[in-house]
Amino acid sequence: MSDSTILLRGGRVLDPASGTDAVLDVLVRDGRVEAVGEQLAADDAEVVDCAGRWVTPGFVDLHTHLREPGFEDAEDVASGSAAGAAGGYTALCPMANTDPVCDAAAVAESVWRRGNEVGLADVFPVGAITKGLRGEQLAEFGELHDSAARVDFFSDDGKPVADSLVMRRALQYASAFDVVICNHSEDPDLTAGAQMNEGEASSVLGLPGWPHEAEEIMIARDLILAAGVGARLHVPHVSTAGAVELIRAAKARGVRVTAEVTPHHLSLQDHLIRSYDPVLKVNPPLRTEADVQALRTALADGTIDCVATDHAPHAPELKDQEWEHAPCGMLGLETAFAVVHTELVATGLMDPLTAIARFTTGPAGVRDVGAHGGALTPGADANLAVLDPAQRWTVDGRALRSKARNTPFHGAELVGRPVHTLLRGRFTLRDGKVQA
Amino acid sequence: MRPLRDLISIEDLDPSQVLAVLDTAEQLLPIADRRRNSVPTLRGKVVCNLFLEDSTRTRISFDLAAKRLSAEVINFSAKGSSVSKGESFKDTALTLDAMGVDCVVVRSGSSGAPLQLSRYLEVPILNAGDGWHQHPTQALLDVFTMRRHLGELAGRHVVVVGDVLHSRVARSEVQALKLLGARVTLVSPPTLLPPSVASWGVEVAGELDAVLPDADVVYLLRVQRERMHRAFFPTSREYARVWGVDERRLALLPEHAIVMHPGPMNRGVEITADVADSDRAVIVEQVTNGIAVRMACLYLLLSGDADATEGSA
Ligand SMILES: [Zn+2]
Repeated sequence: MSDSTILLRGGRVLDPASGTDAVLDVLVRDGRVEAVGEQLAADDAEVVDCAGRWVTPGFVDLHTHLREPGFEDAEDVASGSAAGAAGGYTALCPMANTDPVCDAAAVAESVWRRGNEVGLADVFPVGAITKGLRGEQLAEFGELHDSAARVDFFSDDGKPVADSLVMRRALQYASAFDVVICNHSEDPDLTAGAQMNEGEASSVLGLPGWPHEAEEIMIARDLILAAGVGARLHVPHVSTAGAVELIRAAKARGVRVTAEVTPHHLSLQDHLIRSYDPVLKVNPPLRTEADVQALRTALADGTIDCVATDHAPHAPELKDQEWEHAPCGMLGLETAFAVVHTELVATGLMDPLTAIARFTTGPAGVRDVGAHGGALTPGADANLAVLDPAQRWTVDGRALRSKARNTPFHGAELVGRPVHTLLRGRFTLRDGKVQA
Repeated sequence: MRPLRDLISIEDLDPSQVLAVLDTAEQLLPIADRRRNSVPTLRGKVVCNLFLEDSTRTRISFDLAAKRLSAEVINFSAKGSSVSKGESFKDTALTLDAMGVDCVVVRSGSSGAPLQLSRYLEVPILNAGDGWHQHPTQALLDVFTMRRHLGELAGRHVVVVGDVLHSRVARSEVQALKLLGARVTLVSPPTLLPPSVASWGVEVAGELDAVLPDADVVYLLRVQRERMHRAFFPTSREYARVWGVDERRLALLPEHAIVMHPGPMNRGVEITADVADSDRAVIVEQVTNGIAVRMACLYLLLSGDADATEGSA
């Protein structure tokens, strides 16, 4: 079939694992990379002209909400995978806050299997830290880890493990399997009723504030606990300058910590909430300009390991409410690269290879996502993205592949867009069209 | 003057618009005061009072204001917050649109709800209080009342005392006073001051006694006793001692200074009964002025800026 041998010709190959940044051809045969080099030839290959484009490993998203099972009106594995493919992703890690919660092997396996059936991205479910996300009793890490879904990453995302003893036990227990604990960083006492970042904007808008301390206290606690038991901690959606400092200092001390930042926290600020448009409501909340600057610097210097979308679709009727009643969350998969490219690469804050690393090797270094995000070397699975860094496009929320439309970037003009995505040598996105 | 399209936040107004409201209210005050009379100014107009949060006082004030201008009033209230179960906020807006109302007066416990509503509806939206955010007609009636007692407000000093953090009145009030050139000092338990309050362009004082001799107005905010439970302050007794106005503090004020309160008062907490009933307190007057100011707002939103008493019988 035509997909079996593909020659990606003349693209700028950005391969963070090998440090390659050069104009090269990539030959893909039978789902694997056969060769990367100059002037490759293969008579049987379909030639895809990649001049002016970037050829990179497929992206890995450590933090996605696919909403299946339970909330399929907002998103499901099929629609979320399509959004992922459109965003250059080949691997997605859906969070555990589904209904039922992903706290048992049966749930993890069904999500994982559904991902395989859809075939637009590999799906690596996140297991819950605690049963039912209740913050009390640990989920069966061992069973989840041994399941077909091979869960090695646990989070009660959306809810913090507030009890320090439970968190300590989770970290201790996790170290038996060397799996990663990712705790939603929020001190719930400090954020009771909170609606947006606490600061100048909240003070004028009359919305209860979400102090940055709430995030930092929880991260500080978790860093101390993780260091104490030698466990692996991943900090999700870092949003404050103070959190960046805590992570930087912990890394310098040798704590086994990794961290992620979302495209929206890298690009949007709390004063936009002047519109009270619930599409901007997110947890953690949009912060201030100083926070955004600190996050950008931290992503560039590697203090923050990766970009994660926290793609959180919501049905329109839930977002068409008063700000206070609307749920938190925004779409991210299809705009992530464009936002980071527009805000950090096109502005000179990050070079292209580093930026691609934050979408590929960065997340792949946090948990086991199989043959994703790694080196483009002969024999490797051909999980690839081809990006057009010059394409200017205006985001149309209704044209996105997600079932939901809650993108804060609707109407925004961005530069850079995935053109093709390949999962094991098969196009999942081709010329901007998802290959369902 | 720029015509008034909606009245959602004092922030959206310029000084000429504020003065237009005050001057119009001045013209309308005799009608607001007149017990059984009305003018036909808004005959044929339908005003919807959309009260998503209970407030009998404010609703009655708007009701009277609309009726004195001969508008028809429909009351739409929904207990709780996110309208009623199964009907979204947006659906409610679309229903009102389909009913062909000419103006929506909206009260909501959710900050921003009136602005959100204005995106769904073409007709003027009048904010009757939203969450902690704004209560623009309260601010306008307050500056109207101050102006009647003190004349021009430029250079005047208003001391606002109490729970600023949770107060939509304070937010609107400060903006209205700044627009008219007044000086504002906030005196509040630090736990009840909004973050970054310095950006409001006000002074903040720790001690009430120190600022009273220099005040033209003392504006007392309502204290909600339930704030005690979240450790904003220890007890209402301590609140009264440190931030309440009693006879002794009243005596610290200059002769001409007035005491105001948006109501309803907690006598014995932010204000003692003696002070509330003294002739320095203009709290009852604020209520009557509220009707005139709301008439002025409805009038300016619904029929442009001509003479408001025109056609009065
Ligand atoms: Zn989260």
